[in-house]
Amino acid sequence: MAMKFEKNTDGTYLLDVCGYVCPHPQIYCKKSIEKIQEGEVLNMVFDNPSSAETIKQMLDQAGHDLMEEKKEAGKIIFKIKKG
Amino acid sequence: MEEKKNQIWAFAITGLLILTSMIYYQVNEYYMYVVVYIWFGFAYGMMLQYGRFCFASASRDLFAAGVPRMAVGILVALIFFSLIQATLASTDMSTFHPAPFGAHTLIAGLIFGVGMVLSGGCASGSLYKIGEGNGTSFLAAFFGLCIGQAVFVDVTWFNGLMPQSWFDKAMASGVPAAQMTSSFDIYLAGYVWNQPVVQLSKTAAFSGLPGISKYFIADSLINALIPAALLLVTIYYFYIRKGFLKKRAKATGGTMGFKDELAGMWSMITASKRTTMMGIIIGIVAGLHIFVMKGMQIRYGISNFGELLVKMGHSADTSIKGTVFDPGYWYITSQEGQLGGWILEKFGWNMHDNIFFGLNNGLPEPLRNPALWMSFGIIFGAMVMARLSNEFKFKLPKGELIVWGLTGGILMGVGSRPALGCNIGAFFIRVAGGDPSGWLYGLGMVSGAFFGVKFFNWWSDRKMAKEMASF
Repeated sequence: MAMKFEKNTDGTYLLDVCGYVCPHPQIYCKKSIEKIQEGEVLNMVFDNPSSAETIKQMLDQAGHDLMEEKKEAGKIIFKIKKG
Repeated sequence: MEEKKNQIWAFAITGLLILTSMIYYQVNEYYMYVVVYIWFGFAYGMMLQYGRFCFASASRDLFAAGVPRMAVGILVALIFFSLIQATLASTDMSTFHPAPFGAHTLIAGLIFGVGMVLSGGCASGSLYKIGEGNGTSFLAAFFGLCIGQAVFVDVTWFNGLMPQSWFDKAMASGVPAAQMTSSFDIYLAGYVWNQPVVQLSKTAAFSGLPGISKYFIADSLINALIPAALLLVTIYYFYIRKGFLKKRAKATGGTMGFKDELAGMWSMITASKRTTMMGIIIGIVAGLHIFVMKGMQIRYGISNFGELLVKMGHSADTSIKGTVFDPGYWYITSQEGQLGGWILEKFGWNMHDNIFFGLNNGLPEPLRNPALWMSFGIIFGAMVMARLSNEFKFKLPKGELIVWGLTGGILMGVGSRPALGCNIGAFFIRVAGGDPSGWLYGLGMVSGAFFGVKFFNWWSDRKMAKEMASF
């Protein structure tokens, strides 16, 4: 089982942790944000609903911007701008 | 389309449980006792799923992500539950019983804490996550809480770790030799049963307080409310205060005072409304559950469901004392152990030759096991809620998650037995009921979670480094 953390050609980043359960999505989200620069965008895809609430609060506390949130076929997609 | 399908599933599951309840009533009115457990379990499941209410998350998210959402939710639930517990105790309507106090509680909590972080959910959290379709939680619950616990209470693997004095005391305890065969039996009869049982309202310091005030002052205020309030302040100070005051000072431009600190506390408590709201409701429902179970016991003139099973001709379900596991309140792990024991007996393993099943809890058929139905209720309640919010998804465990699920589940199973409970029975219920051993278990759980998070941080750093090698 593998997580994906990639830099896209448009300069954004992709973190795909589908299949992972708590606490992996929130840990990988935190670590991915630490790796990117302020103002850069991370698209996070996951399918563990329990992680969503924690990630939202983590972003809010740390001053990052949750630009977009959507659900598609059982997957949750967060578009995050590092603050 | 998907939404419609999920709604149909939610109605079908609820309908099936209503039908099951009616069949139970039709078979024998005594089964209403089981039906009550089913529906309280169902309510817990719905609330746990909606509030993402997981005790593992409380300490894990605090250490891993600096997010206090769940820790706050649990402390809020505890505050409400302890007030209701005190009210019930003062009207003699409580089924609460404190547990032996000792270092074993702390050690068991530590093992459980590591396990709940590895498996991704505490004992109650694993059940609600099964309801969401989470296969890793199923592995943890089935192989750890069910089979792991049953094996743990019936093997002699740990005899070498026990002092001779435990064997001597166990032999002198009066337990029939036929039920004294495992290491866990020696541990129970030779050590745990000799430890003091503390409930603050019944101690010399507080039992003299007038009337019912001892329940509110000792059990609720001193054992639950003050420590919970102090923990809330501590969490605010270390995780929220700096960021909140910085933001507020930027927005208002003035110097910060006590009023701003209070605003910060309030903002922390209301940061996740769904979790805090569920904390309040869970606290109230857990209290109501005790009230209703006590009412059922009074109605049928019993103190344990085993008495009704015997009346209905199911003596083989009960222990040699004629009892089964019937906590009278929210509890998780013992009933899963019973399911594990029942399954292992089908494979020829004698599970009646120990204290846990043979002398105390019995091994009822799963369909006649009241507490096990509460666990099934939690799974079905969470499933209904997950379906209604389009969050249900079958997720088969793969790769590393199989290892974490199994290891964490077994550690949770092993960590819940020595303290005679898990995050619910050994922590939540005891703290709210005035038993300080609950805090000892909680301290162990939080410490275990800390080590679990340390391990996962190291593990995920390795994986991130591999992923980032290409850019």
